[in-house]
Amino acid sequence: MYRVDLKDGADLDGFRRALRGLVALGADPGEVVWSVGAAPSLFGDDAPLPADAPPVSLPRPVGALIESVVCHRDPERYALLHRLVWRVLRGERDMLDHHADPLVHRLALLDKAVRRDLHKMHAFLRFREVRDPDGAERYVAWFEPDHFIVEATAPFFVERFESLVWTILTPVGSLQWDRRSLTVGPAAVKPEGLDRDDRFAEGWQRYYESTFNPARVNPAAMRAEMPRKYWANLPEAAAIPGMIRSAPARVQAMIEAEAATPRRRNPDKAVAAMARQEPATLAELNRIILAADPLVPGATQAVPGEGPVGAAIAIVGEQPGDQEDLEGRPFVGPAGQLLTRALEEAGIERSAAYLTNAVKHFKFVARGKRRLHQSPTAGEVKHYRWWLMKELGFVRPRLVVTLGATAALALTGRSVSVLRERGPMGFGDWNGFVTVHPSYLLRLPAGETAEQAYRDFVADLRRAREMVGEPPDA
Amino acid sequence: MDDALLDKLEILADAAKYDASCASSGAKRRTGGPDGIGSTTGAGICHAYTPDGRCVSLLKILLTNYCLFDCAYCINRRSSNVRRARFSVDEVVRLTLGFYKRNCIEGLFLSSGIIRSPDYTMEQLMLVARTLRRDHGFAGYIHLKTIPEASPWLIEQAGLWADRLSINLELASDRSLKEFAPEKDGTAIKAVMGQVGERILEAKEEKRRFSPAGQSTQMIVGADASTDLSVLETSDTLYRRYGLRRVYYSAFSPIPEASSALPAKPPPLQRENRLYQADWLLRYYGFTVEEIAAGGEGGMLDLGIDPKLAWALKNRERFPVDVNSADREMLLRVPGLGARAVDKIVEARRHTTLRLEDVARLSSGLKRARAFLIAADHHPGGLTDRADLRQRLVAPPKQLSLF
Ligand code: SF4
Repeated sequence: MYRVDLKDGADLDGFRRALRGLVALGADPGEVVWSVGAAPSLFGDDAPLPADAPPVSLPRPVGALIESVVCHRDPERYALLHRLVWRVLRGERDMLDHHADPLVHRLALLDKAVRRDLHKMHAFLRFREVRDPDGAERYVAWFEPDHFIVEATAPFFVERFESLVWTILTPVGSLQWDRRSLTVGPAAVKPEGLDRDDRFAEGWQRYYESTFNPARVNPAAMRAEMPRKYWANLPEAAAIPGMIRSAPARVQAMIEAEAATPRRRNPDKAVAAMARQEPATLAELNRIILAADPLVPGATQAVPGEGPVGAAIAIVGEQPGDQEDLEGRPFVGPAGQLLTRALEEAGIERSAAYLTNAVKHFKFVARGKRRLHQSPTAGEVKHYRWWLMKELGFVRPRLVVTLGATAALALTGRSVSVLRERGPMGFGDWNGFVTVHPSYLLRLPAGETAEQAYRDFVADLRRAREMVGEPPDA
Repeated sequence: MDDALLDKLEILADAAKYDASCASSGAKRRTGGPDGIGSTTGAGICHAYTPDGRCVSLLKILLTNYCLFDCAYCINRRSSNVRRARFSVDEVVRLTLGFYKRNCIEGLFLSSGIIRSPDYTMEQLMLVARTLRRDHGFAGYIHLKTIPEASPWLIEQAGLWADRLSINLELASDRSLKEFAPEKDGTAIKAVMGQVGERILEAKEEKRRFSPAGQSTQMIVGADASTDLSVLETSDTLYRRYGLRRVYYSAFSPIPEASSALPAKPPPLQRENRLYQADWLLRYYGFTVEEIAAGGEGGMLDLGIDPKLAWALKNRERFPVDVNSADREMLLRVPGLGARAVDKIVEARRHTTLRLEDVARLSSGLKRARAFLIAADHHPGGLTDRADLRQRLVAPPKQLSLF
C-alpha cells in the first residue's frame, strides 16, 4: 500500500510530486490511499515515494484536466485523476475523447463544476470601494466559492483590474493585488460594513431594479443561472423578492391604463429642424472634418481641400504628407511643389483649381525622427469617401482629376492601374481624368525616364484643361 | 454619485430595458494594462440575472429618453408622457467606470432617443465611446446603438471605438415600419447595415479594428401582423447579406403610456422563445427557413413544441437515425440532441459502439431523442410512428408558480 498526504485545498504541486513517484514505482491505483489535510500517518507500514522521480509526460488535454479537477472539493478527486493517468500511460492516450467512458464522464462533470464555479466567481464577485486614510482608491470583495478556485481566478482579476489596488477575501483563501504583485493569503472571515459609503453600490441596486421588466417575470430562469446561494453576497439580490411580488400589479396597471393622449404639443418646429442636419456649405463640412478624429492612425490634424467653389477642375490626391500634416494645407510638400510647377506649365492656375485629398489625415509610421508615409488601405479610403463626395458636391467641378491609384480608387470604387488606364474616365456623376501622382515622379531616379514621365504628366494636365474648354496656350 | 444622477439612472435604465440585446460576446481578447482599465475575454460574462430571467452583462442605458421621433411601439416616442432625463457624456463615462471597477458589468450598451438631430445624437454616442477609450484606456466592452438617420461618417467613427454596432430594424416589413415608425425608413436602415457590414469585413481583412464583435439588430414581434415565417425570412436575409452576428427578437411587451395604434394584448412570450430556437436551427443546424416554417401552420411556429421537434414529427420517414453511423448533419436534426452532444457522439463512436446509456452521458436530451434514435442496444420500433408521439413527448403543462 502507498499513502499520499496532500495539503488542504487544490494541492497541485503535491499531487504532481506524488504522481511522479507513483508512476516511477508503477503503483496500481488500487494500492494508493489519498489523504487530504490529515496528519501524516503514524504507522510506518506505507512504502515511501521516491522524492526525485522524473516528470511524467501527458497529453496536453490531460494536464489541463488535472489542473482543473484538483480544485474540486470531491475527496476522491486525486484517486480519480491517478486512475486516469494510469490508463493514459497504459496506451489509452486519446481516452479523453471517449466521452461515454464512466471515468471520463465523471471527471468531465468535476471539471465542469470547477469551471462553472470559476465563471460564477468572475461574474458575481462585487468590489466595494474603501477609502484609505490618505484618500487613495482601494477595492475589497468578499466571496464564497464552492471549490478551491481562489488562486485559479487570480489571472482574470489581475488582467482586468491591473491598475487598481484590491483585495479578495474568501473562506478558502485570499488574494491581494497592489498594482505590481499578487499575494496569495490564508482563509478570511467576512469583513463588516463593506457597503458603507459606497454610493455606486446603491446606484447599482437602483439600476438592477430599473432594468427589470415586470411583464416578463420568470424567477426560475433567473435561479437557474444565479442560484440563491450567491444572493447573500450580491447587494442587488436584496431587492429580488419585492420585485417579484410587485410585478403582477405593475403589469395590470399598465394594461388597464388608457392609451395615453400626449399632454404636450408636438414639437413641430424641432421635428422639422431635425431634417436639416446636413452641412449646407463647404465651410460647414470642413468644420466637421476638422473636428473629427483620424480614421487612420497618426495625424496631427485633418487637412481639408483648398480652392474656389465652382472651380472648373478639382484635383484629388492620396493623403496629406508630413508637411501638409503640420501646416494643415494640401499639396505644400515636395510633391505639391512639383504639382504646382506642372500645373503652371500646363496653363492651369493653381489658385483657380480645387485641390484636395481622398484621405484627409496623414497616415505614417515613425522611424526615429522621421515619419514615413504609409498608403491608406482600401477600407480606410472608404471611411473617407463620404466626405470626398460631399466636398465635390459643393465644388461642382466640370472635371475631376485623380492623382495616383488611391484617388482613382476613391472615385471609382475599384483598383485602377494608373499607368495603363491614364486618361479620361467616367466617375459616376463626374467627368474624370486619371493620371499619376507627383510623388511617383519624385521617386523615379533622375534621368531621361524621369524627364519623360514629367512631360507626360504635364501633357495629361494640359489635356484635362482642354477637356473643360479652356483655350489652349498661345 | 449624487441623488440627481441616481434619479436619471433610474429613468434612463428603465427606458433602455426593452432592447433585448445585452450580449458582451465576440470581442477579441484585450486588456487595459497598467494605465487603463478592463479586459474582454471573448465569451462575455453575465454579472447578474434579473427576475425576468435576463442576463445583466452591460450597463444598458439611454443617453436620453427625449425623442423627436414618434415610433408607436416605443415608450420614448415624443407623444408619450413618460418622465424624461438626459445624461451628459461625462456622466455616462463616470457611471460606466464606477460600475466596472466594482465588477458589476462587462461594459456599456448605449443607445439614445433622438434629440436635436440624428447627427447630433450619434455624435454624442460616439463621444462617450471615444472618451472611455482614449481618455480612460477603457478596455471593456462597448456596444453602441447606431442611429441610421445619422450621416455616414459618424458611423465610420463610431466603429473605431465600439466593439459592436447595432441598428434596430424593429419591424420585419417596410410596410409596418411606415405605419408604426413614420420617421424611419427601412431602405435607409438596410443601407447602413450594408455600410457597417462592408467596413467590418474590410477591417478584418486589413487587420484593423472596426466594430470587431460585428453588428446585430432587433425585431419586435407581435406589434404588427408579420408572421414568424416573414420574420425568419428577414433574419435569414440579414445574416446572409449583411453578415449580422445576431438578430434579437423581442416580444412586444406592454409598456406604460402605450399608443392606441398598438394591439391591446401582448403576444405570448413563448413566441419569442420559439423564434430564438428557430434562429439557432437556421444558423447552426443546417435548417432552411422553409423547413422550419413547415413544422408549424400558416407561417406561424408551433407554440407547444420546439421547432426541431415540430419538424421531426412532420418528417418521421427520415427517422430513426443510427447514432453509430448517421452523419453529423442528420444527427443535428434529431430532437433533443444539441450541437455539442452531436460532436461528442461523433468523437466517442470512434472508440466504441454507443449504447443508449452512453448517449445518456453525452446528452441531456435523451428523453426526447430516444424515439428518433437507434443505438447498439436500442431501437424505437413503432414508437417513431405512433400517432400519440407528440403527446408522449410534451410534458403536461405545469401551473406557473411565482416563487
Ligand atoms: S427613434 Fe423611435 S424607437 Fe428610437 S427612441 Fe425615438 S421613438 Fe423610440
